[in-house]
Amino acid sequence: MKADYRRVAYYPGCALEGTGHAYNQSTKAVGKALGLALDEVDDWNCCGAMEVKNVDPKIQTYLSSRVMSIAANQMKAAVVMAPCNGCYHNLKKAEYDLAHDPTSREVVERLSGKAGHAPYRAGTLETIHALDWIKMGVGEEELKRRVRNSLKGLKVANYYGCMYTRPRHIFPEKDQGPGTESTSKPHFMDDLLAAAGAQNVEFPLKTACCGGAHTLSDSDTSTRLVLNILRAAEAAGADVIATECPTCHSGLEMHQVRAEKVLGEKTTVRMLYFTQLLGIALGVSPRRLGVHENVSDGLALLREKGIA
Amino acid sequence: MRPFDEIERDIGEAQTPQRLLALAEEVLECWIGARGVSPTGETVEGFRLLALHRQGARGVPSFNACRETCREVAYHYNLLTLRPDEERTHRLHMMRLLATHLALFVRGKLETDALGEFCCSARPLRLESPPSQEGARTQHG
Repeated sequence: MKADYRRVAYYPGCALEGTGHAYNQSTKAVGKALGLALDEVDDWNCCGAMEVKNVDPKIQTYLSSRVMSIAANQMKAAVVMAPCNGCYHNLKKAEYDLAHDPTSREVVERLSGKAGHAPYRAGTLETIHALDWIKMGVGEEELKRRVRNSLKGLKVANYYGCMYTRPRHIFPEKDQGPGTESTSKPHFMDDLLAAAGAQNVEFPLKTACCGGAHTLSDSDTSTRLVLNILRAAEAAGADVIATECPTCHSGLEMHQVRAEKVLGEKTTVRMLYFTQLLGIALGVSPRRLGVHENVSDGLALLREKGIA
Repeated sequence: MRPFDEIERDIGEAQTPQRLLALAEEVLECWIGARGVSPTGETVEGFRLLALHRQGARGVPSFNACRETCREVAYHYNLLTLRPDEERTHRLHMMRLLATHLALFVRGKLETDALGEFCCSARPLRLESPPSQEGARTQHG
């Protein structure tokens, strides 16, 4: 276990204040239930997401570095945790660029000077995902001991999306053998939910594209990609798709509705954030976990299974 | 290059792992061919599909978003051919879904390719700009 994961700087990112509000709520509730402390990064800003990256990648590097600068230089944190795959990816990418690209360092130093804060120096902060936070900060054994409401009988397809493991070079800590995360077949979410009693199904599309990038330019492609993921989860026997990214989660939920409306294709698998499932296993009320905020009606399923 | 509607229809109707693997290869041939390159006849780990993916991802990091889908297609092919009597209907259905996902992903990539990369390993449009423009754009004030 990593002791320094028990108190981390918390970077929720924009999505967790909007469509991913329930993810924010359930992440905090699970942290509290497990005795993990979160110190939200003061005056945090957008990580640059995909939009800024396409206009000017150095600005995206700066935006992410500002968040890391506040966490490292002002809050004196050693670890920052980002539950959103996009934020996590961008902070890791900024870390990589600042360590390997002199131009990125020059731009960040210049813009940090203009903005009036110290530049972030590569290597001073560790960026982790919410999955790392719970897996390495608490671990399966302690989690098992704390389970009050087993997820037994719930069949789960774990969906990680495409940004949690790609590109591989910005995640040097992954693929380092036993105990570390795999970029080709990630398992941290599987491990945690299994510890909470869930039955993970064999789901071959766990890192497949959900079409998030096409949502605005080509909604039909997104809908068909999501529909295919939902069908695969159902074919694998899943009751629930567990998610760990607000963009993937809302994409799966919204395109499930759209697939029925536009393509006449109905699927019944439900979507729940992994933090909502862990929270339920830990005895936190579904309302405190924001389950009622989900578009997909997970509560009815959990009640049907005798879990909530 | 056949229309994607036709390839997707064939994937939906395919009844053997050999046919599905060939259709998955055809999907990647479309991507590689559209980029003006001749699709490779080589194999990686015994699969031409994996060699085609490697070829298709060259210079396009975001194309790696379908790397595991290709590997899962190969894995299901192995399951179906090495243990032909074990869960054949289920595994064939899953292989069909995987090949369909690959086709949808590549089709989407072909449609948006001209707009630049938007995926996980985004390669921004501005990287293709001349160096002088790039420098100018990072001179903020």
